[in-house]
Amino acid sequence: MKNAFSCAASVARHFTTYAVTSLAIAASVTSVSAQDRDKISIGYAISKSGPNAGGADMTVTPNYELWIKEVNQAGGLKLPDGSRLPIEAIAYDDRSSAEEVVRAVERLATQDKVDFILPPWGTGFNLAVAPLMAKFGYPHLAGAAVTDKAPDFVKRWDTSFWFMGGSADYVSAFTKILVAERDAGRINNKIAMVSVADGFGIDLVKAARPSFKAAGFEIAYDKTFPPQTSDFATIVSEASNSQADTFVAFTYPPHTFALTKQSKIASFNPPVQYLGVGAGFPVYPGIAGSSVDGVMSLGGIDPNNELNTAYREKHTEIVGRAPDYWGSVLIYASLQMLGQAIERVGLDKAAVAKELSTGTFATVLGDETRLEDNQLRAINWVGQWQNGQFVAVSPAGGSGTAAVKLPKPDWE
Amino acid sequence: MLEHVINGLVLGGTYALVAMGLTMQYGIARIMNLSFGDMIIAACFATHVLFTALGISPIAALLIIVPASYAINLGIYQVMMKPLVSRAADEGALEVDSILLTFGVLFVIQGILLIMFGGGYNSYSFLNTPVKMLGTVVAGNRLLALVLSLAIGAVLVFILYRTRWGMILRAVSLSPQSAPLFGIDTDRTARTAFAIGGAMAATGGVVVSMFQTFTATAGVVFTMKALIVVILGGKGSIPGAIAAGLLLGLVETFVAAYVDPGLTLAAVYSVFLLLLLVRPNGLFGKV
Amino acid sequence: MKTSYAFILAGGVLALLATAPVFISDYWTGVLLGMTGYVTLATAWALFSGPTRYVSLATVAFFGVGAYTVAVLNDIMPYPLVLLCAAGIGITMALVVGLSTLRLAGVYFVIFTFGLAELVRQTVSWWEVNVTYTMGRYVFLPFEGRHIYWQLLALAAVTFLISWSIGRSRIGLALKALGDDETVAAHSGVDVTRIKLLLFVISSTIITLVGAIQAPRWTYIEPSIVFNPTVSFMTLIMALLGGAMRLWGPLVGAIPLFLLFEWLSGTFPDHFSIILGLMFILIVFVMPNGVLAKFDSLRKGSKL
Repeated sequence: MKNAFSCAASVARHFTTYAVTSLAIAASVTSVSAQDRDKISIGYAISKSGPNAGGADMTVTPNYELWIKEVNQAGGLKLPDGSRLPIEAIAYDDRSSAEEVVRAVERLATQDKVDFILPPWGTGFNLAVAPLMAKFGYPHLAGAAVTDKAPDFVKRWDTSFWFMGGSADYVSAFTKILVAERDAGRINNKIAMVSVADGFGIDLVKAARPSFKAAGFEIAYDKTFPPQTSDFATIVSEASNSQADTFVAFTYPPHTFALTKQSKIASFNPPVQYLGVGAGFPVYPGIAGSSVDGVMSLGGIDPNNELNTAYREKHTEIVGRAPDYWGSVLIYASLQMLGQAIERVGLDKAAVAKELSTGTFATVLGDETRLEDNQLRAINWVGQWQNGQFVAVSPAGGSGTAAVKLPKPDWE
Repeated sequence: MLEHVINGLVLGGTYALVAMGLTMQYGIARIMNLSFGDMIIAACFATHVLFTALGISPIAALLIIVPASYAINLGIYQVMMKPLVSRAADEGALEVDSILLTFGVLFVIQGILLIMFGGGYNSYSFLNTPVKMLGTVVAGNRLLALVLSLAIGAVLVFILYRTRWGMILRAVSLSPQSAPLFGIDTDRTARTAFAIGGAMAATGGVVVSMFQTFTATAGVVFTMKALIVVILGGKGSIPGAIAAGLLLGLVETFVAAYVDPGLTLAAVYSVFLLLLLVRPNGLFGKV
Repeated sequence: MKTSYAFILAGGVLALLATAPVFISDYWTGVLLGMTGYVTLATAWALFSGPTRYVSLATVAFFGVGAYTVAVLNDIMPYPLVLLCAAGIGITMALVVGLSTLRLAGVYFVIFTFGLAELVRQTVSWWEVNVTYTMGRYVFLPFEGRHIYWQLLALAAVTFLISWSIGRSRIGLALKALGDDETVAAHSGVDVTRIKLLLFVISSTIITLVGAIQAPRWTYIEPSIVFNPTVSFMTLIMALLGGAMRLWGPLVGAIPLFLLFEWLSGTFPDHFSIILGLMFILIVFVMPNGVLAKFDSLRKGSKL
């Protein structure tokens, strides 16, 4: 629960910001811009309410707040001349409406005239604002957006950067694990697959079908359900009847949680269980009410990466809860890159975009994080719960991070 | 086959439980309460806080939250609904007024929940234990919803059709204009019905929070599902709400099993729209 | 004479509005765009719901279908043809819905139209997922905010013209009778069903076009984006606030409400819902019959 004081303070702050910007607009007719600035303004529109709020509240908003707080505690963002300027944040609620997010970005760009704009949550909303970000020349650090079309988008909008990869990446990494398991004789040839009928679920399932088939798997059960679905008794029982050893669900948190609970009830224990968003949340074991070891999902962390461990501790300390094991760290890294790019080239938007595109950065992902063709590719594609931690895994016997541990033990 | 019947009934139990409160408020108190689902969500959060922060079991939480909700809804009726009822020229005017007003209440509740808890997903595990029923394993918490809805439904039906007070409730529901002629205090009756409806929303919320992931802004989903059940069953009809709730549960389960899980909601709306065209007053409605 | 002055005045205002994007920032163009969209939606909504007193929540069903038509067809045919197709689909859908539902009354119609919007959304989702295997379509049309705004402005003008001429025609008289008492109207030779259907089709077609015109603004279209029930509720509230029975009512409701929402989301992003909710409660208690009726009663009151 936030305390009433900080609420009141934030109202007052927003009110002053509004008043100040109105004044600034009135004044800007005479003096275009003051050279000696005392702050850097960074704005964003995010879903604080509406159906998208749950995702934004887990992965994006806390990282924005964390990063801004950390930077300001250190005295502000460093500029090329070594001076520091504090960040002034302007945050709007897009109320999970596409029209609203578009107008909020227009407001940030042409009314508030902020120096930088951070992206909204979700593939659809990132695409909705992409043309505007490009038009106004802002670097667009599309974080919470999974799309296979990123290579096209970087051509269309050359100041856009994509940090979460595409469905094909996630699916092909998972397929490799399945192939290794099948070749080792630990699972059969059948896959049961469900997906949520929205952009995320369908994008993944579209990539998964050809990938599984090309690897010689038979998709024994393949259904899509509406996002409002809350009861999975029938779906789990049909998936169970399909005799598949692999259960794949491209789902959002409410479905992931409900599927988990139903799988426990029905003692549905296929050797491989791969669930969607939510399975990588730190609260997931608590929601399941028992050990979730063996459950697989997107993302995962390297437990031996000290930078990441430090980040997780910091996040827990300042935000009050741990970050998720997939998107959070990518979003945070994108912000670090933005900060370092500003430190190197200043506040010129085009120069910052160029630096993001070509530079090498020290982030929580590693000391040498860089983008390839404006996309982050050093992403952990498959993760698995092992000993109470969601770690990045690779096929058994493969190199890289931890080896996958299958079959998944039965639900308690 | 039997498995799907049982799963369908268990799912339908939740719908019936949630809808009975709304049918009381809409059918007897004549308030079309669009903030009904948000009252359910508020109860979900209350349960969640009591359970995770204070360690009070959701079953025990029922004893706190349900009476509290009864009192709060009495207050809401007294402060906000009563002026509308007394100024309304006819039933249509009251309907439009109450829709607009509760639309406002919806946003207020939602806004308060957002400030207090943020927009994130909430879920916990309670009574998620397998219960074997006629060869089908169902979740304990979902079964509880079915049992509660049948029990509460039975009590309400008994009160409505076997007691003097129930007769008064029905009289007000049938003819609010002429009830006062028989010495019935319509205002008090409507207030009580509204508060009972609110208490049942809270009951639904406590139970639903055990198995469903909820967010501060998910209330409208419950309102609409409940509204469909209420209209299907005939407004003000408790047996109608139970029958319609169970019917929807069965439709969803059978479509998911035999047709396509992607069409469950499309099927629900089709059944609803068709029935509305054939029997505009619902399954158990007065013609 | 009075009419022609009004027309000159309206024409002047329209010309002023049309040139506005040249002078104002993109943001204010965006605000004008959103506002014109809702003025058109509310006026079109009131065209049917005002005189018939049928409260429709199907606005977003037509709006979404319009947007989706553009999403599906925008790369296979020229844009004007796409708009024609959207209008055609809107008309067809309105005819089917109208013929089957206009005998429902009161709250049943309200619920039916809400159910319809959800049914359309579910069906489109299912179709996309299982038949075309795509979810999420891209609209890459070379339109900026001001282009969309100009189209919406033209549509708004046409809508007002239609609303105005209906009010003056013989149908308008029949409608007055209809709103007062449907049975009496039917007995005095008014073809109630036909008029209701006609109005429903005109209103729905305009709403479909609003959705179609606004679609390019979002670049990416999926059912959860275009079938957002908020659109239906906002339209309804705006029309009711201004007064759905009058030509200018929806406009008078839509403009202040839209600006209020915009101001609230810019100023109190975290308290938007609470303030919005309190405003509604206030509106119900202070001006139950709409702003215009309130003004009327105030004016009459001062004369007495």
